[in-house]
Amino acid sequence: MNIGGELWTAAVVAFAAIFTNNILLMFFLGMCPFTSVSREVKTAFGLGLAVVFVMTSTSLLNWLAYHHILVPLKLEFFRFIMFIIIIAAFVQFVEMVIDRYSPKLYYGLGIFLPLITVNCAILGASLFMVIRDYTFIVTIGFGFGSGLGWLLAIMAMAGIRQRLAHARIPRGLDGPGITLIIAGLMALAFIGFTGVLS
Amino acid sequence: MYSVALAVLIISSVSAMLALLLVVADRFIANYGRCTITINEDRRIDVQGGKNVLAALTEEKLFIPSACGGRGTCGYCKVKATEGAGPVLPTETPFLTPEEVDKNVRLSCQIKIRNDLKIEIPEELLSVREFEGVCAAITDLTYDTKLFRFELKDPPAIDFIPGQYIQLFCPRYKGNSEEIYRAYSIASDPADKGAIDLVVRRVLGGICTTWLFEYLAVGHGVRFNGPYGEFRLSGTDAPMIWVAGGSGMAPFVSLLHQMKNEGIKRRTNYYFGSNKVKDLFFVDRMRQFEQQMENFRFVPVVAAPDEGEEWQGERGLVTQALEREGIDLSEHEGYLCGSPGMIDASIKVMNQLGMPENSVYYDKFA
Repeated sequence: MNIGGELWTAAVVAFAAIFTNNILLMFFLGMCPFTSVSREVKTAFGLGLAVVFVMTSTSLLNWLAYHHILVPLKLEFFRFIMFIIIIAAFVQFVEMVIDRYSPKLYYGLGIFLPLITVNCAILGASLFMVIRDYTFIVTIGFGFGSGLGWLLAIMAMAGIRQRLAHARIPRGLDGPGITLIIAGLMALAFIGFTGVLS
Repeated sequence: MYSVALAVLIISSVSAMLALLLVVADRFIANYGRCTITINEDRRIDVQGGKNVLAALTEEKLFIPSACGGRGTCGYCKVKATEGAGPVLPTETPFLTPEEVDKNVRLSCQIKIRNDLKIEIPEELLSVREFEGVCAAITDLTYDTKLFRFELKDPPAIDFIPGQYIQLFCPRYKGNSEEIYRAYSIASDPADKGAIDLVVRRVLGGICTTWLFEYLAVGHGVRFNGPYGEFRLSGTDAPMIWVAGGSGMAPFVSLLHQMKNEGIKRRTNYYFGSNKVKDLFFVDRMRQFEQQMENFRFVPVVAAPDEGEEWQGERGLVTQALEREGIDLSEHEGYLCGSPGMIDASIKVMNQLGMPENSVYYDKFA
C-alpha cells in the first residue's frame, strides 16, 4: 500500500475510534477514571488530554516493541507483560520530565499521569492494535483517535454531571449509580453512529 | 525450554533497561537541588528539593498538625504559601474554602518543593515540639478513666496555653501493627512546665487507650508532640458557662489553674455531665477550686443514678440542668468539651437561652 492510502486508512480508523468504535462507550474500557474524575469539565479535560497523549505514544512504542522484539523472537504471548511494563515506565518518565521542565503543564496534565498508568483503556488500545494487525501509521491514527474518543466521552459526561449537580436525583442513585446509567444512555446514542462507515 | 529461558531473559532485560532509564532520569531530571524555605519572613531553612513541604518541615522538627501523614486526605496541614508554591491542585480544592484560596492557604503536604518558597505558619505552631518523657504516675479516677502523668525529659519543659492538646505517640504492641498518634487535652497546671497530665477514658477496642491501659506502666518512656489547638479562654470579662462530659474534664482543669494563677475572676458555672455517680471524678478537686475562687461554681449532673447510689445533686442531662436554671445567657460565653452529641445538644439549648453563636467555643472529642 502506498503512503497516501495508508494515511487515508489511518484517518478512517481514527474517525471510527472516536465515533463508531469508541473505546469507552463501545468497549467500556477505562471506566474507573471515567466515573471518578468526571465531576468537572475542566478536570475531565485535563485527564482526557493526558489519555490522548499517553494512548498515542504508548501504542506507538508498543507497536515497535511488538514488531521488532516480540515477533522476531516468537514471544508474542508475552505482549501483556511487555506492554504493561512499557506503559508504566513511559508514564513515569514523562511525568518526571514534565514536572521538571514545565510546571505549568504539570499542574494541568501531569497530576493525572499516575492515574492513567493503570488505566485499562491504554493497555486495551495497544492490544487492539495487535489483534487488528494495524501498520505503524494506522496505529498512530488508532491511538490518537481512541484517546480523542475517550476525551470526548468523558467531557460529555462531565458536562452532563455538572448539570446534574443541580438536579434532584434519587438518593440511592447519587454518584456512581447515575453515572453508570448515563454512560449506558450515551453508549446507546453512540450506537447511532454505527453504519456511518461501512 | 529454550523459549522459556529466552522469554524470561528478554522480559528481564527490557525491565532492567527501563528501570535503569528511570533511575538515571530520577538522578538527573528529578534533581531539584537545595531549596530555601522562608518561614514568616524571618526563619530560613535549607532543604533538599523534590519532596513536599510537610515532610521537609517535619524533618526540621517543625510540626504541622496532620492526621493522614501527608496523603492529602485529612486537610489539617494548612499553611499560607505566599511565594513559589504554584497553583492550587485539584487534590487540595475539596479542603479549601474560597476565602482560604484567596489568602493563599494551601495543604502543605501537596506543595512540592521545586524552587525557593515563602510560607507563613501561625506563630504558635513554631513552638510545637517533639517531647520525650517518662510515665511518672497512673491514677484511677473511675473504673474506666485514668489520670496519666508524664514527666518531660527532652526538652525538659513545655509552654502551652490552657485548653490545648498534644498528640501522643502510640507504638506497636501485640495486637496493634501500626504506629499512630492520638490527641489528648492537657489537664495540668500551665505553671507546672516539667510535666503534663492527661485524662483518658478507656475506649473499647481503641488502639491508643488499650496501649495506655494495658501496656504502659510507670517508668516507661513516652513520646508526644504539641501543643496544638485553638480552644482557650477569650480575653473578655463575660461570665462563662462550661459544659463537659467524661474526659472533656481535662482542659477545664488546666483552665481553672490558669484562672487561679492569673487571678481571673470571671463568673463561671461548670456543668459536668455523667451517666452514673460512679462515672464522676475530680469532685473534691473542683470543690477545692470553688473554695479558692469565689466566682466559680461546679455543678455535677448525673443522668441516671443506680439504685443504691446516693445522689443529692442535679439529675438528668446537662442540657436539662441548663434549662432548669434558666439563666439569660445573652451576655455569657459558652465553653464545651466532650462528645459531639453532647456538644451539639448543649449548643442548641444555650442558643435557646439567648447565647449568640459566636460566643460558643468548643472542642469535640470524636
